[in-house]
Amino acid sequence: MSALLEVDDLRVSFATPTGRFDAVRGVSFALGRERLGIVGESGSGKSLTGRAIMRLLPPSAQLEARRLAFDGTDLLRATPAALRAIRGARISLVLQDPKYSLNPVMTVGEQIAEAARIHGGVSKAQARRKTLEMLEAVRIRDPERVARLYPHEVSGGMGQRIMIAMMLVPEPDLLIADEPTSALDVTVQMQVLAILDDLVARRGMGLIFISHDLDLVASFCDRVLVMYAGRVVEERAAADLAAATHPYTQGLLRSLPRIGDERAELPTLSRDPAWLEG
Amino acid sequence: MISVRDLVVTFGAGRDAVQAVRGVSFEVAEGESFGLVGESGSGKSTVLRALAGLNRDWSGGAAIAGIDVSTRDRRLPRLVQMVFQDPYASLHPRHTVDRALSEPLEIHGIGEVSARVEKAMADVGLDPAFRFRFPNQLSGGQRQRVAIARALMLEPRVLLLDEPTSALDVSVQAEILNLLRRLRVSQRLTMILVSHNLAVVAHMCDRLAVMNRGLVVEEMDVATLRREDPREPYTRQLLLASRGYDREAAARMITYD
Repeated sequence: MSALLEVDDLRVSFATPTGRFDAVRGVSFALGRERLGIVGESGSGKSLTGRAIMRLLPPSAQLEARRLAFDGTDLLRATPAALRAIRGARISLVLQDPKYSLNPVMTVGEQIAEAARIHGGVSKAQARRKTLEMLEAVRIRDPERVARLYPHEVSGGMGQRIMIAMMLVPEPDLLIADEPTSALDVTVQMQVLAILDDLVARRGMGLIFISHDLDLVASFCDRVLVMYAGRVVEERAAADLAAATHPYTQGLLRSLPRIGDERAELPTLSRDPAWLEG
Repeated sequence: MISVRDLVVTFGAGRDAVQAVRGVSFEVAEGESFGLVGESGSGKSTVLRALAGLNRDWSGGAAIAGIDVSTRDRRLPRLVQMVFQDPYASLHPRHTVDRALSEPLEIHGIGEVSARVEKAMADVGLDPAFRFRFPNQLSGGQRQRVAIARALMLEPRVLLLDEPTSALDVSVQAEILNLLRRLRVSQRLTMILVSHNLAVVAHMCDRLAVMNRGLVVEEMDVATLRREDPREPYTRQLLLASRGYDREAAARMITYD
């Protein structure tokens, strides 16, 4: 069986007044029906990698790759119409901030139902039923009432869950989640991760989980890519992230404060220029 | 040094009134570092903003070094200063580092401005070359150093920190936490640190209060937190969640009202 997603030598660059800036420099990986974590600090290129897969880059960005294929479809050569058929319906993207991703003049229920109808191809009545089921699945109490609310009437944490519901209702094969739970309280975060976990286990959805939170990725994902300055510097099973061998990954792990430790000084990272190339 | 008694903060009025803080009391001794932990909406930042004088609409009692913070006592700014979560938002985008650091001195009529700015920059580990730069020419960590330097310009005795590292990358977080620990000793500061991150509080504080829905659920010393031995189920759940994802634990999580 071929991989759900194949990424080979992905590169994203921007033309700037001071010359070309290479934000993603040769990222390669294959994704099956699994939970893949991409971790890195700001500017590492992790979010751009996620958006490049959706072909949702700003017009100023240049995208190149030896291969970028989803379920056998070459995303680099796909027509805009073919891409539209994939986006939303088969690959879905959840972003960090619900404020910018929900339509302020449509009720929550209408937006989710619209996603179900357009991307999931179901009838109006079915869409409504699926909307309520999905709101319940993301642990929203009283889904009937919440479906009637507008985005400004819900809290940030609820908005995030609504967005996740909207992205999941078309039952995508691949979900790209960019810091999907950073705005949530830890307990709600756990519940939302459990929903994603179940979807991967039950429906065989593929998940790319982009995050800066090493502990969370280590505990939630199957496999982790660590990105630094646009490249993948380390790849390993999430459960063994603690045994990382790259000095960057090791440095990040050491710099985290831990509840049980009594270190007075946290080791800080001294960035080795050699990491840029390996 | 800091005393808070039955603090109640209400936002809105009438039918829409929301009590964000519903009767909070605690004491912080001189030189102590005290943590306020909780999830969003717990009221932890609201307590801090009341203490900083940013919100004057509250009832109850709050005093720093014996001065009632509900008064506009002119000694207060020289006694207590605050550092905010987002250094991108808390610095004026068109003021240079030099201007951001000089302004408190000029307002309070303190001399030797240039020498003090130089010293403050050295204290927070900022290269003198950054003195005439604008915030957009600095990284997130450098901006937070400027915000900390600005808070220390008037040599306050109390520093209020509202999630000072949650907008920063983990490697930068380590640098800022190290800096705050060093400054606490060298400048003999009393600190209140508000955070949702239990590990950060365990690293920085001597004692802490856990808040939920406007109330203090429990107070404990840091040794109890490090042993992960809290009294209240709410705190145990927070600790469990901070350990990372666990399918079993997630299924058992409940909402505490």
